[in-house]
Order: sequence, then structure tokens, then C-alpha cells
Amino acid sequence: MDTKAQYNDTVVRQFAIMTVVWGVVGMLAGVFIAAQLIWPQLNFDLPFLTYSRLRPLHTNAVIFAFGGSALFATAYYVVQRTCHVRLAFDKLAAFTFWGWQVIIVLAAVTLPLGITQSKEYAELEWPIDLLIAVVWVAFAIVFFMTIARRRVKHIYVANWFYGAFIITVAILHIFNNLAVPVTLTKSYQIYTGTVDAMMQWWYGHNAVGFFLTAGFLGMMYYFVPKQAERPVYSYRLSVVHFWSLIAVYMWAGPHHLHYTSLPDWAQTLGMVFSIILLAPSWGGMINGIMTLSGAWHKLRSDPVLKFMIVALSFYGMSTFEGPMMSIKTVNALSHYTNWTIGHVHSGALGWVAMMTMGSLYCLIPRLYNRKGMYSTKLIDVHFWTSTIGVILYIVPMWVAGVTEGLMWRAVNDDGTLTYSFVESLQAVDPYLVFRLLGGLVFFTGMLIMAFNVWKTVSEQKPAPVAVLDPA
Amino acid sequence: MPAFWHWFVAVGTILFIIWCIWLIGWSARQGPQDKSDADLTGHKWDGDLEEWNNPAPKWWLYLYFITVFWGVGYLIAFPGLGNFEGMLGWSQEKQYEAEQQAAIERFEPIYAGYAEMEFEALAENPDAMKLGASLYASYCTTCHGSDARGAPGYPNLTDGNWIWGNSEQQITMTLKQGRNAVMPALAAALSGDEAIDNMVTYVRSLSGLVEADEAAAAMQPKFVALCSACHGMDGKGNQILGAANLTDDNWLYGGTAEDVRYTLVNGRNGIMPPHGELLGDNRTKILAAYVYSLGNGD
Repeated sequence: MDTKAQYNDTVVRQFAIMTVVWGVVGMLAGVFIAAQLIWPQLNFDLPFLTYSRLRPLHTNAVIFAFGGSALFATAYYVVQRTCHVRLAFDKLAAFTFWGWQVIIVLAAVTLPLGITQSKEYAELEWPIDLLIAVVWVAFAIVFFMTIARRRVKHIYVANWFYGAFIITVAILHIFNNLAVPVTLTKSYQIYTGTVDAMMQWWYGHNAVGFFLTAGFLGMMYYFVPKQAERPVYSYRLSVVHFWSLIAVYMWAGPHHLHYTSLPDWAQTLGMVFSIILLAPSWGGMINGIMTLSGAWHKLRSDPVLKFMIVALSFYGMSTFEGPMMSIKTVNALSHYTNWTIGHVHSGALGWVAMMTMGSLYCLIPRLYNRKGMYSTKLIDVHFWTSTIGVILYIVPMWVAGVTEGLMWRAVNDDGTLTYSFVESLQAVDPYLVFRLLGGLVFFTGMLIMAFNVWKTVSEQKPAPVAVLDPA
Repeated sequence: MPAFWHWFVAVGTILFIIWCIWLIGWSARQGPQDKSDADLTGHKWDGDLEEWNNPAPKWWLYLYFITVFWGVGYLIAFPGLGNFEGMLGWSQEKQYEAEQQAAIERFEPIYAGYAEMEFEALAENPDAMKLGASLYASYCTTCHGSDARGAPGYPNLTDGNWIWGNSEQQITMTLKQGRNAVMPALAAALSGDEAIDNMVTYVRSLSGLVEADEAAAAMQPKFVALCSACHGMDGKGNQILGAANLTDDNWLYGGTAEDVRYTLVNGRNGIMPPHGELLGDNRTKILAAYVYSLGNGD
């Protein structure tokens, strides 16, 4: 058979399997540092096991290794299926896989060694940053050339979101990491002071907006209608919320810098556009949930759909919570507390991870020439552990965050602070235990998934799939 | 900001808001807002992927419009459009100053009342000391600990051992201006491991931790030459310099042979940061009295 007429599923399989592997690794790191916050002795007095070095390892592993691999896998799968052509440039696609894995391994080595730019979610030093830029440009070439070669006139909505995610992440990554190298492992940012902070959060918040939102909306727009076997609810809603989302997200970064030396005007714009962002964000949730409506009966028998509907619900909740937290008066309470950690994890576990899991359960059998996963029962068990895990995680973090916020601002009649800082640490200690428990439960689900995936793929020989002719 | 950036920010913001409003309008104009009109768009991908063209829910369009409308109002009221300061004239600096002013007006009389008292009497006034304890919890615990018992390198405030003295004047000076206690590195001056070891033994013998053997006792002239300028001929220290008493078995940086050796070889640099500007005179006096009470209670 002519390979031109087959999909390139090799690279999709590679990324899909590594998504599961990095999911286990990244969440294990998260569970470990959550335990360190309760029992600091767990750093064993070894520098490379300290919280300060493992925390960036955890965030990089779950966002860029787990989330990134999932985005590569699904983007490559979806763009081929919805363009009715084989993925462009086999070798370049293979390069993006191996390049991305090398980057992850380099991160896993350098971060525990303490080699860091000290910019949140952009810790990796300049040689790794250069490699990321090269791999990302290769990703863009493969993706957009596949779009260019498409055999259907209309570009499917999922590809708009993947495309926006790829272009924007390239811009964010390059501009936030502009630095002057000093040695192989040390560089200085070209930005200083407040400007550096502003660049960092322009990057940081759009990493949330484009990596963790737009990219995963792309995933949602393919796998939800596919799994529900229903048409997307509204084309015009996707148009409006897509163009709104990508325009408005860009402005939201300064809400991370309320009441700092950032000028008032920038803080105001960050807050105003964060609130305007509510409706554009919810547009995606509405389109996803309304696509599922009419297929509600399937929820009884299909745990994959359950993953998706719960992911969309957490997406809606987080994108409501985010604008609320960006309001200055709310932010004055929530900022620097565990509330922020809870908010991030309702997005990261509830939306990103659960959407990924649902999509992978839909995708992996198709990649390995099977009707379904090894065990549907285990998918259901995974669904419940994930859902319970997220809730056990975020509820204690909300309580802890509000507790901290209130304790820090409590003032006695004589004008002195009611609580010392350490008293607020003691107060949240029990909630940290519940958070660890939630993380453990969620991690257990990830292990169940790894087992289920292993059983599904280990004895299965994948068969090439012929490119489908456009309808 | 320069005029160019002012216009860049202001015009950019307005254009993006117009873009949002245009999108809302476009969506609202797309056919009747009636679900029965929903049709498939006719596009088809990957065998079975299709799209309806349902109108966006009305409540969603309203929600979107309300947030944009509110945003415009907020930008008129508050600083956001470049150099435009907003109709309310609010700024975070002004808010901070107003809150500070209100706090000073409300609380400063309380502090001034206590500050009029005699230092010793203040240290025995339960209400003032409750206030002092709160100040201590906010400003001092990071280094001296919640129980004020300090940590290696950070003095214990409860043991009655006053490195810089416990008069009102001295404690006030410590709080206001901070202190810097420099123990110079003496590795070079002591020339040789054996001499260092002997000096370590000699210094520890002053507190009775060890018996000084002949070699250690022979370091006495060296002690006079190198150490006595700060620690005194008898090793009892000097509060004016913040030089520790070496005879009382109270060790800021640890009293093991290893610790003392490190101190001798590398020196120490103890820093108490100044708090005068942060606290102001009245609160400084209350906190000084509280610290005094910690070290002089029973």
C-alpha cells in the first residue's frame, strides 16, 4: 500500500504512550512535594530533593511533559483525520517527538541540580530554551503544512485552537526567554525589575490560556463529538468564542501583579480583560456540554464521556473562579495563599488532566487497532478516583487559602496584627494533609490508567490506517 | 508614560473592546435566535464529524455584553487607558496613603499613651505587653523564633544574656538602628592547625567546657593579643561592641569544638536589621520594653 495514503500514527502512538508515562512521573513528583510540605524531613537534607528544586520539576513534568505530549499526540492525530491527509514531513514529525523527549530529560536533570532561570514555568536555562524553540518551530511546520495539504475546504474547529496554541506558545516562549548567556548553565534576562515581572506573567498567564486552554479546547472539539457521536452544537458559537478567547487572553497577565510596583493602568487592564474573558471561556464549555446533550443516556455506559463532561464542568468552574480572583478586592484576599494553588489544580487536574484522560481512552484503542480499552471497568474506576481526587484536593485548598487570607489581614484593636505568619502555617497544616490525600487518590487513578493502557497495547500489533477520502 | 505609548495603550485597548462588541453583534445577527432553525452547516470531516449552527445562547451573549459594558465603565472610572487617570482619581498609592493615614489616626494615640510611661513600668503593664507581644510576633519571630529563644546565629532573648546591653537606651538603639557584630576571621593570625586547636581548647576552657592542657594554656598571651581588644582580658566580653562573654557557656554560634573552630577560622558576621523607620518612636519603645521584659522576667 502507498504510505502516502496512510496516516502517520507512529508519532501519535509515541506521544500518546509518553503522555501516560510522564503523567505518572509528574504526578508522583507532585504527591512527593505535597508530602514535603507536611513533613519537611522528606528532603533528607539532600539539595536535589528540596522542595525548591522539585516543585519546578513537578510543574514542568505535568504541564510540558504530560500536557505537552498529550497535545502533540492529539494535534497530530486530529489534524490528519480532519484534513484527510497524511501528516506532513515524517522525519520532522519524528524529530519533534525525540526532541521533546530530550528536552524533558534535560529538564529532569537540570532542575534538581538547581540550574534555573528562576522564572515560573520558564525555569529551563537557555540551551534548553533554544532546543524548545527549534522543536516548536518544527511542530508548527508539520502542523501547518498538513493543514495546507488538506483535502477538504473548511478547516475543522479543533485545528483553529491547535493552530492558535502553536503560534502563540512560540511567541510567548521566545520573548519571555530572551536572555544573555554567561555560561552553559547561566544566563541573565534582558528584562529587569517590573518589566521582567510583566513579561513573566504575560508569558505565565498565556501559558495557561494557550497551552492549557486553547490546546485542550482543540482536543475537546475533536474527541467530545467523536465519542458522543453527535455534531458540534454550534459553529457560530465556536467562531465567536475562538476569536474572543485568543484576543482577550493576551491582556490578562497583569492580574498576577495586583498591588505591586506594576503601574495602575496595567493592573486595571489585566483585571478588566480577565473579567471580559469569562464569556469567551464559557463559550467552549457551552459548545462542549451542548454537544453532549442528547447523548446523556450514554453516560450510563460510557465512562470516557463521563471524563469529558466532568472535565468541561471543571473548565467552566475554573474559568469562573479565575475572573473572580482577578478582581482587585478578591485578589487582595486570595493572592499568595493556597487558594491560588487550589484554583490552578481545579484547572490542571479537573480540566486538563481529565480531558487528556478521556481523549486518550478514546484515542489509544484506535491507534492499536482495537475496539476499546482492555478494561472499561477500570476506566470507570479511574474516573471516580480522578473526580474524588480533584475534589479532595481543591476543597481543602480553598478553605486553607481563605483561612490564610483572613488571618494575614486580621488586625487587633491596637492596630497590631492578630496572627504571626507561623500561626497561619499551623492553621493550614490539616488542609495540607487532605490535599496530599487528594493528590494520592488522583495519582492512584493515573496508575490504574497506566496499567489499563499497558494491557491494551502490549500484545497488540498496530495496523496502518488508510487515509479516509473526504465526504 | 511617553505620548506614543499612551496612545498605543489607549487605542489598543479600545480596539480590542470594539472587536469584542463586534463579535457579539455578529453573533446576534446570525439568523433568528430560535433553536428550530438549527441546521447542520454541511461540512463533514473524518467520516462523521459535523456541526450544527445553533445560535449562541442568549444568556451567554448578554453575559458577554454585560462584562464588556462593565469593562468600559471601569476604564472610565479607573486608570487604565494609558495616561488617563480615570474619573475617580484613584491610584494604589493614594489608597495606600489613605489607609496608612487612617491607621495612624486611629492607632497612634494608643501607642503615644503607652510611650509616655516610664520604661520599667511599661514593661510591667499587661496591656502594653500584649501589644508588645503582637509587635514581636510580626517583626521578630522570623529570626528570633516564636518563643524568642533564638536559633544558632540568632540570639536567645529570654536568657537574660544581653549581648548589646539591656538599658532602655541600648535596646532602643538595637531596634532602631540595628546592630552589626563582626567577629574577624583569625585563621591567618593563628598560623597553623595546632595553634587553632589549642586556641579552641583555651576558649572553651574559659567556660569550663574542657580542662586546658599545657599547650592550650600557653595560648593565653595569644588570646590577650588577638581577642582581648573585644572580648576583654578576662574573656567576659564587651556590650559596647557586642562582643560575647566567653566565660558563661552561652554560645550564639554553638559551643562544640567544631563550632568554635569555625568561628575562629572564618569569623562571624551577625546582623540585626534596623527597624526604626518601620516602627516609629512610640512602637519602638513598646517593643523595646517587651524585649526587656523577656530577658528580665523572673
